[in-house]
Parts: sequence; C-alpha cells; structure tokens
Amino acid sequence: MPSDPTPLTESEVLRIRTDFPILQTEVNGHPLSYLDSGATSQRPLAVLDAEREFATTMNSAVHRGAHTLAAEATELFEGARASLARFIGAADDEIVWTSNATEAINLVAYSISNASLGRGGAAAERLRLGEGDEIVTTEMEHHANLIPWQELAARTGATLRVIPLDDDGALRLDVAADMIGERTRIVAVTHVSNVLGVVNPVDQLVAMAHAQGALVLLDACQSAPHLPLDVAALGVDFAVLSGHKMLGPTGIGALYGRRELLAAMPPFLTGGSMITTVTTTEAEYLPPPQRFEAGTQRVSQAIALAAAVDYLTAVGMPRIAAHEHALGRRLVEGLGAIDGVRVLGAGIDLPRVGLASIDVAGIHSHDVGQFLDDRGIAVRVGHHCAQPLHRRLGVTSSTRASTYLYTTDAEVDAVIDGTAAAIEFFRRGA
Amino acid sequence: MSDLQNLYQELILDHSRTPHGFGLRGEIAAQSHQLNPTCGDEVTLQVHRTDDGHIEAIAWEGHGCAISQASASLLAELAEGLTVAELEVRIAAFREAMRSRGTIDPDPELLGDAAALGGVSRYVARVKCAMLAWVAAEDALAKA
Repeated sequence: MPSDPTPLTESEVLRIRTDFPILQTEVNGHPLSYLDSGATSQRPLAVLDAEREFATTMNSAVHRGAHTLAAEATELFEGARASLARFIGAADDEIVWTSNATEAINLVAYSISNASLGRGGAAAERLRLGEGDEIVTTEMEHHANLIPWQELAARTGATLRVIPLDDDGALRLDVAADMIGERTRIVAVTHVSNVLGVVNPVDQLVAMAHAQGALVLLDACQSAPHLPLDVAALGVDFAVLSGHKMLGPTGIGALYGRRELLAAMPPFLTGGSMITTVTTTEAEYLPPPQRFEAGTQRVSQAIALAAAVDYLTAVGMPRIAAHEHALGRRLVEGLGAIDGVRVLGAGIDLPRVGLASIDVAGIHSHDVGQFLDDRGIAVRVGHHCAQPLHRRLGVTSSTRASTYLYTTDAEVDAVIDGTAAAIEFFRRGA
Repeated sequence: MSDLQNLYQELILDHSRTPHGFGLRGEIAAQSHQLNPTCGDEVTLQVHRTDDGHIEAIAWEGHGCAISQASASLLAELAEGLTVAELEVRIAAFREAMRSRGTIDPDPELLGDAAALGGVSRYVARVKCAMLAWVAAEDALAKA
C-alpha cells in the first residue's frame, strides 16, 4: 500500500456518482443521501451491464456441457475468480464462490465438523476438533462470525472462548494473549468492526494464533470493500467476503482459504459438479475450489462481482481508503460534537473506515432513523447483527452511518445536521 | 402537519416520555413477553382483571422506540374498565388500521387517544413497533 495516497477529489466523487443511477433518485422529496453502504452498497452501471451482457449473450451452465456458450461462460466464470483472487492477494484456486460471507464461514465450520466426524481421511486429521480444543472469537463479531462457532463447538465438544472488549469497545489484546494458547485451534475475528468502524490489529492476532499453531479466519466483509486487502501479506488462513457490500450483486460471496488447507478439507455441500467418480455407494471429490462448489453456480453474479472489482481497482483502493478515512473522521468528529450523542468506539485509537454508530440519549435509534429518512437520508438502525457488542457498550441499538467511494462531504454533513435536528424534534415539549 | 409531525404527534411523544401503566406487578398468568428481533424492542405486559371480568389495569415494562412505548402507554390507558370482549374488539380494530397502509383511519370513538397512532400505518416498517404491546395483550388474554 503506497504511503499517503491522495483522497478522491470532490469532482472525482461527483463523476463517480454519475455511474450509480440510484444516487440520482429522490426519497421522500429529497435527493437520496445513501449512508447505508455497510449494509449493502449500490451498484454502478458497469456491474449491471456485465450481468445483462452475460445473460443476453452467453448465458449457460458452467463446468458442464461442451457447446460454445458453455465454454465461454466457463471461461468468464473462472476469469471472475481470478479477478477476485488478484484483488485480495490470493491465488485463483484459493477462492471458493459462496452465496454470501455467512455461507463461507459455515462452509469452514461444517468442513471442520465433518473432519471431526472422521471425514476427509488422513489429510483432514489436522482439522479435527474435540473436547479440550478451543475456538476463539471476539465480543465484537457480527452474528455470522459467532453463531457458526457456537454451533461447531456444540457439535464437536470443543470450547468457544470470546476475546472481550474494553470500555471503549476495543479488543482486549492483553486478554487475547492469555486466551490464545496451545488448546486454541482456530481464531475467528473481524478485520473491521461493522459497528465501530475500526480496523483491528489483525497482524498481532495472527502472530498470537500462529505461534500456537492455530488457524485464523478473517471476516473481511467490512474491509475488502473499503481498504486495500492482501490476505497473503496478512497471513490469515481463511478470509470471507460479501459481493453486495463491494458494488456487486447479492447472492455472491467468497471464501479465501490457503491452498494446502482447502486441499485437506472435506466438503460441506455435496452433489453435482464437485465429484470425479460416483458409484451408488460413494464418491470421489474434485480438488478445491470445485470440491466446495456443489450444484449450479451463481454465474452471472460472479461475473458481475468481477466487474465491481475492476471498477474499484480502476478508481484505486488506496485512494478509496483515504477518501473514506477522511469521511469517517468527519462523521466521528461531527456527530461526537453534538450534545447528547455518543459515538460508539470513538475513544479507540485505531485506523477507521467511513462508518460511525451513535447512541442518542433518550431517543431510540428507530426514531432517529425515521427522522433522517424523512430527509432522504438512509442509515441503519438496530443492533446491526452485533448484540453482544451493543450489550457490552450498554446499549440495545444504535444508528449507523456508513460511507463508500461515492459518498460526499455534504452527505456526511447532512447526517450530522439531521441528527442534531432529530434531537431538537424529539425533545420538543419535553 | 408534515407526515413526520403526524407520526410523532405531541400526544405520542408525551406518552413515550411519561408512560401510562409502566411498572409490572408480581407475575400473573395473563402475562406476555414480546420481542422485536430486528431492533431489540421488548415489552412484558400483564392484564389485571377484576372479579367481574373487567380489566382493572394493564401493567407493562419495556424499552424501544417512541412509537412502541407510546403505543403500550395508550393501550394501557384505553383498556382500563373495559370488558375482555371490548378490549379484543379494540385490538382487532387497531390491527386492521395499522395494516391498512394508511387507508383506514383508526376510529377515535373506539380507540380513544390511541387513534393518534394512525399515522404509523403509512410506515410499513414501523407497524410492528406500534403492534408490539397489543400483540402482548392479545397473547396475555389467550393465556388466562
């Protein structure tokens, strides 16, 4: 990552916005200010066109059939895999397509589960879990990176341990250093918190885990869209991401796994397209990534996601990150300056993406969100699939604003001004 | 009055700030806990009856948005002195109005001040907030 990349200029952002038709629309009589990209991002024409182009000229099944369209579709599908692999610093055969990041995490958890039942032969022995083994995750995780491990622990007899947060919401690395020990087999942690917007010190956690021979799974859902990501440089063993959070369509996600690990893993979903020889009693499986891609694949979604990756690469991830870092700081400072507003995690001294969640004293997040919606401002309200984090910080829900490359300073200011106005509105007559 | 001001009328904000019937008594059979999993809003509600079958009081505790809190308060205010059958009629009428997407105005003769929640029905995502306490009351009545 080059040092001090130039943030996007205002005119560049305005130019980028013309590629996103939805950003030209109005909501409740106001121009849409879309501050919910952390939940799902908007899609540029290039992504929509790629999907339509495929459907109108090449649509056919991949990895089956020998006709011209099938060959072309297969080539594009595998080309999309290569694009995503390059984008995150992986090799082509280290990328497995999934429906979303949740499925990717479950794929790993169920593969380990299957290994623990003896599936996968000698190669899978290193993955087997049982009583005395420990899985480590954190109190900050999205439910998708928590519940699959709760279930895996319940199925295998392993123990789930959770790295706690300090009062600001930061990971307690001192506790992690004690918790991650010789019993630890896998450490599952998010790269960027979907509530706090801080970038976790993944390198330190990787070092702790690897020193004990444990594997690391990185939830990159909130980092891959917003930061230059290099899974090989980070040294993680697995990483998961979600296409619709990075300008791509819904229904597509990916698992990165180190080649030798994927090769050792028994399959999760089984069926067509993942086999070599099948008899009525047993089957042999293809090598990864096909071993993990049973059934008809999400071809047009993968191709559209590759178009999204091309779009992001053309703008430049270091510059997108610099733009959003500035937006994030503007959000945190502006919201934090409002009387009665608490920015969750504001005290954490770590790099940030363009995301901030707030608790407003005496006003529920749904009411804040409703007020902003009336002004055409879209934010997320609720617990953002992170109940343990909210509980730790003493709130049941929060209002979250999250940016992307197409977000302007003016939109961030609209959220800040709108929040101040919401407080005035709901306190009237009190 | 804008849609937003109609949604959050003074009456509704007042009820959310100083709710009627807030505070549970000892646990009884006619009690229900309802949770809205998308936002974490919760209510626990008791229907207390007199010996002759009238509703003496609705007692509740919970937390959530202004709409859910005001709605529980307005329900508690409305229910006092009604028969169970009369309350059931009102719950049905309230639900019908809430699900109407703004096409049915709640009848103030029947629903009293709770009719002020009529604006909620235009906001499909908020209907469950307004319904939370009413669903709890219905469930509590079904239990005992």
